[in-house]
Amino acid sequence: MLLIACPYCGPRPEIEFVARGEAHVARPAADADPQAIAEALYVRDNTRGLLAERWRHLHGCGRFFNAVRHTVTDKFVTTYRVGDPRPDLAALAEELAR
Amino acid sequence: MTAPGRMLVSRRVVGCRRVGGRREVSAVHFSFLSLLRNAFSAHRDWPRQWRSPEPKPAYDVVIVGGGGHGLAAAYYLAAEFGIRDVAVLEKGWIGGGNSGRNTTIVRSNYLMEPSEALYDHALKLWEDLSQTLNYNVMFSPRGVMMLAHTDHDIHSFKRHLHANRLAGIPSEWLTPEAARAFCPGLNIDPDLRYPVLGATLQRRGGVARHDAVVWGYARAASALGVDVVENCEVTGFERAADGRITAVETTRGRIGAARVGVSAAGNTSVVMAKAGIRMPLESTPLQALVSEPLKPIVSCVVMSNTIHAYISQSDKGDLVIGAGTDQYVSYSQTGGLHITAHTLDAICELFPALRRVRMMRNWGGIVDNTVDRSPILGRTPIDNLFVNCGWGTGGFKATPGAGHLLAATIARGEPHPIAAPFGLDRFASGRLVDEAAAAAVAH
Repeated sequence: MLLIACPYCGPRPEIEFVARGEAHVARPAADADPQAIAEALYVRDNTRGLLAERWRHLHGCGRFFNAVRHTVTDKFVTTYRVGDPRPDLAALAEELAR
Repeated sequence: MTAPGRMLVSRRVVGCRRVGGRREVSAVHFSFLSLLRNAFSAHRDWPRQWRSPEPKPAYDVVIVGGGGHGLAAAYYLAAEFGIRDVAVLEKGWIGGGNSGRNTTIVRSNYLMEPSEALYDHALKLWEDLSQTLNYNVMFSPRGVMMLAHTDHDIHSFKRHLHANRLAGIPSEWLTPEAARAFCPGLNIDPDLRYPVLGATLQRRGGVARHDAVVWGYARAASALGVDVVENCEVTGFERAADGRITAVETTRGRIGAARVGVSAAGNTSVVMAKAGIRMPLESTPLQALVSEPLKPIVSCVVMSNTIHAYISQSDKGDLVIGAGTDQYVSYSQTGGLHITAHTLDAICELFPALRRVRMMRNWGGIVDNTVDRSPILGRTPIDNLFVNCGWGTGGFKATPGAGHLLAATIARGEPHPIAAPFGLDRFASGRLVDEAAAAAVAH
């Protein structure tokens, strides 16, 4: 089981959380064409490596936050509040490799 | 795990015979006489089951991914569509990915008409696959029983059952007592947390030996001239000015390709990204585990969507138990242990006699899920690139059908009619094929 650091509550076990998919997916404009809507709804990077994603501390504070996790090791690299900019994934990957 | 191609190393090379005036490489035909002949040498002299060639500079068709689906596609391209200049590129070894990690269940009792046609196409190919390939894939239609635990389950399952009957797929409703009679040992005590209120039964469903399926396809394809290239990971695609793919770049060098089929299961997004295409997929670990070998005790396949467990018994005697998926994208091939523990809770309640059975191994395979839990099979925005993916938690059952339809699609350059509803275009058109309830674990 993963240990996840909620930005509000600190480290808690994985079963308190729900994963809510890729983060920073922009909502399409109201007049966007079907292809753009399909991209926003269904198409995902599905990265093998560092991925920014949304999590919710459902059985805790109940709040949404974002996290960067490595999808091969499942290691959480960092967590941050909704609205904060996406961390530089390339720089984080370099730091991890060191 | 060791492939038979490696176990049965011999001084003899793969035999040759003349077919249609051309020399063809072929594996030894399995028959009573060949078994008898080899018994005299204690079975030490069986040849390798498939060739291990160096990749040629170019092929007519390159299949990316040497799992069951990719190998089946190569086999049908050669056997049915006369396209023999084919290579299957596998980054690991044959039988080392999801084809060696699944729980081997075969069934076709899906809800929507396109899915029923798709999965029943595969089931019909399963029924004489051992004869077709001259390789015993141990397909055993022992019946797949799906348990209903709530009123909602009953309504949903009966809807599936009636839809299946209308589509010509025999399916039956069992009372709890009938379910127990079909599968002795099943706990139908009404006081269970999730009591068994009934079950559907597809008698034509069952299990097959997963390794034998990939080995059999690799052997049969290789005998028809297909190059099965292991330890060959695709690292990129070479594109012409008009966007078409001209070659695949691999860890074993550049391989020219007139047409490319990607059939890479959990890693499809990773491969397609190298061609600049983002996919409507999310990859998650799906776990399974096996027990120590026991005497025959579970006579059919038992599945329970509601409490996330399914179980069957292999011919070796181990109980093969399928668990759920983790909730997040991962390529870890392990998954969280609490998922497995949750499944064992359910198994112990359904089969109290199994409480003291020891579990031997637990693993995960990476499955590629679409939002509607239906596969993607067909063309891509690149003219000579085709894709077969999105089978999620249910790819094994489709192996012969998916391979056949991918082969037909590549050979004709347009989707086979059975595959047509499962194109990449359905996400923008909104014509999703919703199989969330039929897809068992990934709902």
